[in-house]
Amino acid sequence: MTVVLQAENINKSFPGVLAVDHVSLELEKGEILALVGENGAGKSTLTQILGGAIRPDGGRILLDGRPVNFNSSADAINAGVAMVFQELSMVGSLSVAENIFANRQPVSAANFVRWRDLYRQTGDFLKRFDLDLDPRRPVKYLSMGQQQILEILKAISTNPKVLILDEPTSSLTESETKFLFANIRRLQQEGMSFIYITHKLFEVFQIASRAAVMRDGKYIGTRGVTEVDENDLVAMMVGRKISNLYGQSEKKKEKDAFFKVEGLQSIGLFHDISFEMQRGEILGLAGLVGARRTEIGRAIFGVDRLDGGRIFLNGKELRIRNPQQAIRHKIAYLTEDRKNLGLFLNMPIRENMVAPALRDFTGAVDFLDRSRLRRYAWKKMEEFSIDSPSSGKKVLQLSGGNQQKCLVAMWMSIDPQVIIFDEPTRGVDVGARAEIYQKLREFAAAGAAILMISSDLPELIGMCDRILVIHHGCISGEVRQQDFDEKIILSYAAGLQDCADKMRAL
Amino acid sequence: MSMDREGNTGRSLVERVKEVIAQREFSLFLVLVLLSIFMTSSSPVFFTWANAEAILLALSVDAIIAIGMVVLLISGGLDLSVGSTLALTGVVTGLMLNAGQPAWIAILLGLITAALVGLGNGLLVARLKINPFITTLGMAMMLRGLLLVLAKGKAVLNLPESFTVIGQGRLFSVQYPIFVMLALVIIGEILVRNTRFFRQSYYIGGNEKAARLSGINVDLVKIFNYCLVAALAGVAGLLITARFGSSSVTVGSGLELRVITATIIGGASLNGGEGSVLGAFLGAAFMAVLANSLNLLGVDVYWQNLITGLILIVAVVIDVLNEKRKTEQK
Repeated sequence: MTVVLQAENINKSFPGVLAVDHVSLELEKGEILALVGENGAGKSTLTQILGGAIRPDGGRILLDGRPVNFNSSADAINAGVAMVFQELSMVGSLSVAENIFANRQPVSAANFVRWRDLYRQTGDFLKRFDLDLDPRRPVKYLSMGQQQILEILKAISTNPKVLILDEPTSSLTESETKFLFANIRRLQQEGMSFIYITHKLFEVFQIASRAAVMRDGKYIGTRGVTEVDENDLVAMMVGRKISNLYGQSEKKKEKDAFFKVEGLQSIGLFHDISFEMQRGEILGLAGLVGARRTEIGRAIFGVDRLDGGRIFLNGKELRIRNPQQAIRHKIAYLTEDRKNLGLFLNMPIRENMVAPALRDFTGAVDFLDRSRLRRYAWKKMEEFSIDSPSSGKKVLQLSGGNQQKCLVAMWMSIDPQVIIFDEPTRGVDVGARAEIYQKLREFAAAGAAILMISSDLPELIGMCDRILVIHHGCISGEVRQQDFDEKIILSYAAGLQDCADKMRAL
Repeated sequence: MSMDREGNTGRSLVERVKEVIAQREFSLFLVLVLLSIFMTSSSPVFFTWANAEAILLALSVDAIIAIGMVVLLISGGLDLSVGSTLALTGVVTGLMLNAGQPAWIAILLGLITAALVGLGNGLLVARLKINPFITTLGMAMMLRGLLLVLAKGKAVLNLPESFTVIGQGRLFSVQYPIFVMLALVIIGEILVRNTRFFRQSYYIGGNEKAARLSGINVDLVKIFNYCLVAALAGVAGLLITARFGSSSVTVGSGLELRVITATIIGGASLNGGEGSVLGAFLGAAFMAVLANSLNLLGVDVYWQNLITGLILIVAVVIDVLNEKRKTEQK
């Protein structure tokens, strides 16, 4: 095996942090190397250095044994190192072709774009990947998953020796992920090498041959995937064994239904959703991306309109037409999209924490009681171990884990009885995850009913008392704790015939 | 994966026609034609050469600036100082002429002044990352002040014929500004649609970070776009000054919002990444014909404003609904 890309003693610090601490790494030709580590471990910084987007303070990069010096990602692409970022870089109004060949369109001598060539070239290129897609179609009409795939194809179209993928499957459906993996394997056989960053550890074992682990900016080690299991990798990532990530359920559940929904329906989205929850119960909602779990949570919370169905709390029927009413009934909804929908990123921690309960922090004539607010925020920051020197810091400046803890703390300000938690630990590192799970256990023990929507099966299995599986907007199965099994849940998630029929009949 | 049907080679005529019909420019053109037909039947004056020339002359100022404005909007920028840049160009050129400079030097200095304004805007926005709204709003106020200082609050009169000919001269009995406008629109449409340099603006407006990563010199393109719109405002300023034979310090007030409205009606978006020169031109043409029609129909000027505002909002609402429908169809 020959080494295609080699990092030697790479060093990079930002004000206040040593992001990458003398890391050396080798990537072999035709290899898929997974790069794992908690948030803030330095994976992204390291790969951005390899991809030319950031310049290192020290160390050197060798490509095919020759030292290279990248001043920009354009340099890196020219040398044969391409990188796909998490965020989409597509321009919605431009065609598939112009997006894939952004700023590399075939042009005539006078710099005019040769459209015919561009479309033909794109058509041929898409065909290589078995993609039946019109090169002229504006990208804004494609699904997120399709755009994500295009993003990767755009990088591949530069014909790189090394392709760096940063969590490429985060917004892909199951079948899109399969499609991606099949193409990665094919390119691997053609000799392309990959660095694959992921938080989904099971993917490491599906696609990679070796896994390199980073922690706190340092390189911890590389293991062949046949030598280790997920727990070993987690231990390397956090530097200690997390014996029981999910904690133990504490309390005997009450028999009576505390929160109940009946026949919830939203035309074209979901249908006939009925379930009950007891006080202290954690109920999971499993399903594939696009199964409409989020939509169900949002509808219960009154964000989106319901076309039918009833909601009961403590035996009394509720009328929820907007989030204010839901909050008044002490129902909380914690969104999966904390950056856009959950938090006020540009505002201080303390103002975020009281956002849903601002009314409780006003004195006479609607004036905010700032000192009370401050005291409350400090107390909560301690309670939720949010790591910040001041409650006045902008949420934007916190790590993903701390942001998520802020989101949880924020909703606790309404003292919720029913908590709908959508993807509780997406983009959250293992340490903060354990803390969030611990908090959820505490809320449940205190008598709240928790509806946990998650795409992370091990998390659902570890946390829930019962799991409902959603497929195409219907409940396709219910699994009790004693029957928890990934295979069973996945087979429900992939869809039962009768459910699909029900939807079609609508 | 479930993906759409392809059609990359040998597309049928039907498909091509469908594509054209789906374009914003087509529906706008249709609306323009319908409005003209309606006006021809309801006013004897509308379909006369004199009226058409009046519309085209009024349009020439807005349309020339709209070319630059749409490119700027595509790249995610905005310029509120085009009206005052237009006035400044006229006053600078007028003062030079009255100081005895030959016409070509006065014109050149006027245009250089305009381009410098654009350079200033561009540097502030691209290099110092100052919000374009604030930058160009401040610039507009500064320029209006500067104008009063330069012209001592008065209009610059008695411009020589060697200069006024560019605004008043005729070819085939059509005034020059109309030709200038048509030439610039055609050239602009071809360049913006087809050259790599101008396509860069779409990437920048669509996603600036990604554009940078694709090797686009983002700052350079942005600065160029601010210079372009300012220079075109300068051209419009020269034509309008020459046409009237004098330059006033208040000319072009409120013009920037009208031009932005025209580009938005023509399919551009304040979020960047969208728009075309042809669309911007048709948007400006629509507004010019509309204003003329309302005048001919004897609609009160207050109502005219109300109607124009309403049309802007309706155009954007239709757009939003359309997009939603198309995205859901998928």
